[in-house]
Amino acid sequence: MSYVFLYALLGVGLFVLGLYALIIHAHLLRKILAINVMGTGVFLVLVALAARHPDAPPDPVPHAMVITGIVVAVSATALALILMLKVYAVTGKAELHDGKPD
Amino acid sequence: MTDNPQPGKAFRLLLVLLLSAVAGWLGYAVLALSSSPAGLGEQVATHLDTSGVGNPVTAVLLNFRGYDTLLEMAVLLVALLGVWSLGGITDYRESPPGPVLDTLSRLLVPVLILVAAYLLWVGADAPGGAFQAGSVLGAAGVLLLLSGWRLGNRFAGLLLRVVLVLGLGLFVIAGTGLFLIGGAFLEYPPSLAGGLILLVEAAATMTIGATLAALFLGNRPRVEPGKVDQDK
Repeated sequence: MSYVFLYALLGVGLFVLGLYALIIHAHLLRKILAINVMGTGVFLVLVALAARHPDAPPDPVPHAMVITGIVVAVSATALALILMLKVYAVTGKAELHDGKPD
Repeated sequence: MTDNPQPGKAFRLLLVLLLSAVAGWLGYAVLALSSSPAGLGEQVATHLDTSGVGNPVTAVLLNFRGYDTLLEMAVLLVALLGVWSLGGITDYRESPPGPVLDTLSRLLVPVLILVAAYLLWVGADAPGGAFQAGSVLGAAGVLLLLSGWRLGNRFAGLLLRVVLVLGLGLFVIAGTGLFLIGGAFLEYPPSLAGGLILLVEAAATMTIGATLAALFLGNRPRVEPGKVDQDK
């Protein structure tokens, strides 16, 4: 048991916290933020577990995956935000209609 | 804030219980990994001297797992095309920057460009590389956009588009060129690897920086008709 697992468990906690917010909030901006928090949790788990062997140097492959993932997450967030703005422009609400008549 | 009824208390309680179970299960899965053998770190370390760079993360990103980075550049480009083809943001107000932002961006942007170049160069042997440098460049672009600066007409047309596809394009050209002279796609010969990686990384840095700043702006820069001098 080392500090590495503390970070990994923290990442799991962030992921679950983001999942809770994703389910509970209807506003799309909050959902986008929640997905970003979940992604940050995943990155934290990956970076932490890369260093879980105390004798060996950290595994560079998960680190490279996280670097790629961060940039992809940023661009996906930008696309999600513009889609949210378009939904807002069309419906006047930043929420998705669930198909029921008003 | 919202027209929808808030989820009920019973629903929230059930959700918390379920997610606690998920958290416990994921936490157990993470802790149970402790005895598994090392990942690919050893393999990376043994092949590091054929990669042309000394930093294992850069070696993985640009050499051993070059495909991932190539496709990641494609994702960036597609995201930007998606944002642009949705028409961008039509109604937003711009406020003039305050004196602090104005002065700070004047001071910081040259430093950020210098830091980006340093990160790009040092990425061969130490933590750093194209993504970090590109993010710093993107931050410099965001600062400039926030302080009211916009791309001039001369650069907003063809030149901007060339910069935006440069990273992906050079990557594909390098990969295909190596394929044509007899290797596999993106398989750098060890003698050329260092230079090729630096070249691809430099292009990727500029593309990432420009793409991130363009994503922040959301709108495609307009080329005013009549004053077009490069773009046709």
